[in-house]
Amino acid sequence: MRPSIAALGKALEAPLPANDPCAAATFLLQSGEYSLEYWLIAHDKTPTDALKEGFRILALHRQGAQGEPSFNACRETARELVYYYNLIRLEPDHEDTPQRLEMMRMVARHLYLFISGKMEVSGLGEFCCASKPIRLKSQEA
Amino acid sequence: MSDRKQKYKKVAYYHGCALEGSGLPYNTSTRAIGKKLGLELVDIKNWNCCGAMEVKNIDPEVQTYLSSRVMSLAHNKMGQDVVMAPCNGCYHNLKKAEYDIAHKEKSREVVEKISAKADHPAYQAGQVETIHALDWIKFGFVEDQLKARIKGGLKGLKVANYYGCMYTRPRNIFPEKDQGGDSESTYRPHYMDDLLAIAGAVNVDFPLKTACCGGAHTLSDSDTSTKLVLNILQAAEAAGAEVIATECPTCHSGLEMHQIRALKRLSAHTNVKIIYFTQLLGLALGLSPRKVGIQENISNSIPLLKAKKIA
Repeated sequence: MRPSIAALGKALEAPLPANDPCAAATFLLQSGEYSLEYWLIAHDKTPTDALKEGFRILALHRQGAQGEPSFNACRETARELVYYYNLIRLEPDHEDTPQRLEMMRMVARHLYLFISGKMEVSGLGEFCCASKPIRLKSQEA
Repeated sequence: MSDRKQKYKKVAYYHGCALEGSGLPYNTSTRAIGKKLGLELVDIKNWNCCGAMEVKNIDPEVQTYLSSRVMSLAHNKMGQDVVMAPCNGCYHNLKKAEYDIAHKEKSREVVEKISAKADHPAYQAGQVETIHALDWIKFGFVEDQLKARIKGGLKGLKVANYYGCMYTRPRNIFPEKDQGGDSESTYRPHYMDDLLAIAGAVNVDFPLKTACCGGAHTLSDSDTSTKLVLNILQAAEAAGAEVIATECPTCHSGLEMHQIRALKRLSAHTNVKIIYFTQLLGLALGLSPRKVGIQENISNSIPLLKAKKIA
């Protein structure tokens, strides 16, 4: 179930579980999908379940950028999440895994912050009181 | 001599408005390294605004005209076939105008109509090539020769290279990128990394090199900009960087100002320094900090540069 926007923001600030890097990477990739879903829902679109290059997050980004070229400013952010996800899943025991997870968390946070900013500028409300209708809508979904 | 080396030896210089104000150190350092490397910059006289975001948001065709006028001046008044624009906003807008004039009838009509009213020749697609300062240095002064000119170098300074969002997007206006070989990548740009590695820096693995700095939100939503910038600064530090190298005056000013704002508003302290890549290259070439305008940056990097014996 999709968390509330506020809960997602808090989860991205919290430390990641150190003992299961694959689960942490999956959570971070999924958090990127959630951020993109909020953008789509706010635009009265149904988030796609399709995959692009094997990843839903890339398909969601493409869907979100339709008719909104400036949304491409987060294209590479979404791709970086996929990059780190692959690195961590392929070599979970690699000595760089803690660092890779930390960088992936920051990338996920950037996507979240970028989309929240875009939503506010687009008059879709901010991630606090003004976004209440959007949050309620997404929580009901 | 390679084709590009010959072409880029003397270029029309379009610094735009930011490099006369908040981005002055970028202008100072670009001119200083051009002089040092024997690359000639010829200022475009009577230049105008590229249309930036303000005009583009109201009427994109007028923005296309404004950028086309700059290219028309370079071609028709100066006889130049290369325009170098170090500002990402100007670079992006000139490239966009080039693309629109080449591909859209409406753009051509508007450009011709306003040019006729303004009494100057309308710019025709392909009359000039617009390049960034990164292209200019990378290909105007080939890498091997640059290596030979490095004095002292950057002594292993750990750098996160930050390109911002306008240098590579949208991909269709940069047909020369993503062509393999020595072309630039829009997914993971590397020209700045390449140049600073030659200058003796250690480039850290930095995943937010093209991420949004919130520049467009600075006035309308400063808090979002501060959070975006803080995340970039913290990611650079987490990646081990001592310095974030920039190549866009908007990004650079945003990083500097929101670094201070993050401390004031969010009590979030970051220590990473923000320096234009041209300043770093200038230092590596043996120019003094003053010559490359280090003292004009808001981010005080002098103690770090002194400690590393770079300054």
